[in-house]
Amino acid sequence: MKKTPVVPVGIVAAVLAALQLLATAFGREYYLTELIMAAYYSVVVLGLCLLMGYAGQISLGHGGFFAIGGYTSAILTTRHLPWAAGTDWGGWLQRAGVLAARQDLYGTDMITVTPTAAFAAAMALTLAVSLLIGYPALRLKGHYLAMATLGFGLIVYRIVLGSEFAGAADGITSVPPWRITPGLVLSGRRAVRVANYYAAWGFALLVVLFLIHVTRSRVGRALRSIHGGETAANAMGIHTAGYKLKAFVISALLTAAAGCCLTHYNGGIWPSEAGALKSVRYVALVAAGGMANLWGVLVISTVLTFLSLRGCFGTFDHAVFGIILIAIISLAPQGPLKPVAAWLRAAGRALRGGRAGDFAGARTHHA
Amino acid sequence: MLEVQNIRYCFGGLVALDQVTFHVPAGKIKAVIGPNGAGKTTLFNVISGLYAPEQGSILLDGRRITGRKPHAIARLGVSRTFQNVSLFPHMTVLENVKAGRHCRTRSGILASALRTPAQRREERSIMESAAAHLEFVGLAHVAERPVSDLSFGQRRMVELARALATEPRLLLLDEPASGLNTRETDDLARMICRIRDRGVTPLLVEHDMSLVMDISDEIVVLNFGVLIAEGDPPAVRDNRDVIEVYLGGDFGGASR
Repeated sequence: MKKTPVVPVGIVAAVLAALQLLATAFGREYYLTELIMAAYYSVVVLGLCLLMGYAGQISLGHGGFFAIGGYTSAILTTRHLPWAAGTDWGGWLQRAGVLAARQDLYGTDMITVTPTAAFAAAMALTLAVSLLIGYPALRLKGHYLAMATLGFGLIVYRIVLGSEFAGAADGITSVPPWRITPGLVLSGRRAVRVANYYAAWGFALLVVLFLIHVTRSRVGRALRSIHGGETAANAMGIHTAGYKLKAFVISALLTAAAGCCLTHYNGGIWPSEAGALKSVRYVALVAAGGMANLWGVLVISTVLTFLSLRGCFGTFDHAVFGIILIAIISLAPQGPLKPVAAWLRAAGRALRGGRAGDFAGARTHHA
Repeated sequence: MLEVQNIRYCFGGLVALDQVTFHVPAGKIKAVIGPNGAGKTTLFNVISGLYAPEQGSILLDGRRITGRKPHAIARLGVSRTFQNVSLFPHMTVLENVKAGRHCRTRSGILASALRTPAQRREERSIMESAAAHLEFVGLAHVAERPVSDLSFGQRRMVELARALATEPRLLLLDEPASGLNTRETDDLARMICRIRDRGVTPLLVEHDMSLVMDISDEIVVLNFGVLIAEGDPPAVRDNRDVIEVYLGGDFGGASR
């Protein structure tokens, strides 16, 4: 059995710490903001990687789950609940931590759902919706999930764009910070940026570890066997429909959780998050990372999302991800990292083994 | 051990199996033969639960398995191989066989994520069992290779090891000798006998007549979905209907 990947986690953690120190030392801390956002988007892509890369099921609606997470948090934490003021059970809910009194930006008193309770509600809603979509679509073999989720994503987009309670085209702003523990507040304020950086990346690395453990186990083999041949997997005693549904639900929950966190960090959410182009972008990032390759997906999605958030792709932002998807599928279905890794390994062998190693390395590379 | 009773299965208007009834005794090697399109693979798909029959039932040790899902039937002790070899292509040889252990193990997502002691113990047992099954089919030396590196004959053996890893009582082998050379077919014959000696009952669909006649204790013959003969190899070889089906027309003056 493979061990917990301590070394890669250590390397990634060291690189992240180095980036933070460099950014702070050179007075470029604003780069951390995009890196924080990239961490949350990477959680979405990692969740999709479990579903797509391992179980072989395509979802074109993860933007919808992101929006369900983010909008549930945003709506519940910004909506004043007048009925809760002064009533018995309003007070009881406040003591239970479900509701809290605070002041809005202009100093008006209001009672809203707390971010933690809103997070729980978002997770519950995501669980229900993902079961509702996944159960019928995944009992069948084939691309039914892709179609069902495409429709779902479009519906969510139209709902948030057309609904007054979701802020219509303006989205929802002034979402309050989320005080998770005393020293940890999810918020975009500059004073807590470094803490948020480590919180976001701690979350992303925990998700990587979780997924690595799951994929390198009996469950992971079951998921990959579905990808490889559903009928054979079924005949070998694997409850394929059940595992596809579990992968889909986990993937949706991770996506919605990232949506909640990013909404608190950004202090708002907008309809574009639910757009089909966002969903396609996540699919492109999983493909670019090498499908069933969690580290590859993490690295590629972080780099490309960071560049996209910095505005490096200009007005071609969405087109870039479409081109990446087409290029990967037609030129390097295993992702661009596999050939590079093979080349590096061959080069390493060549350096260690001299001429003979060079020959062996080259042969391995060609095989 | 296996009772096939009055099975009828149709593809649209085409009757693929009609009133098929036979019995597979435990510890015997039974073969299903018949021309192409006779319904042999369909019969296997019905037994393993991939197709639901329109009529009839299948009993495993007296327990009705028709109507159950394929994964549940596998857990009850029916495993199989496929005519065209259906391995999981993105996985190594060892991982393919480990996947066969799935229905005999239980750790879920949470236990795997947390690497609980029970889960680690189970993974070790899966590893040992899968290695033993690879050893049995003589492929321990390629355990870490992707299955795409293997020859067709080796892939058949990996598939056999995967099927055995599910600890079946009944093993359905769908044309196990097709694509194998003479030496590999001889190895296969010995392998099937060893599998029977380990207490697994093999039921095979096969076109290689010398293999079937050599190792089978009993043979059933299907033609256009209908069972036309059943018996030991000499009896089936001399059966007029069988000769007619295989050689066509009025062979040896037999006429209807």
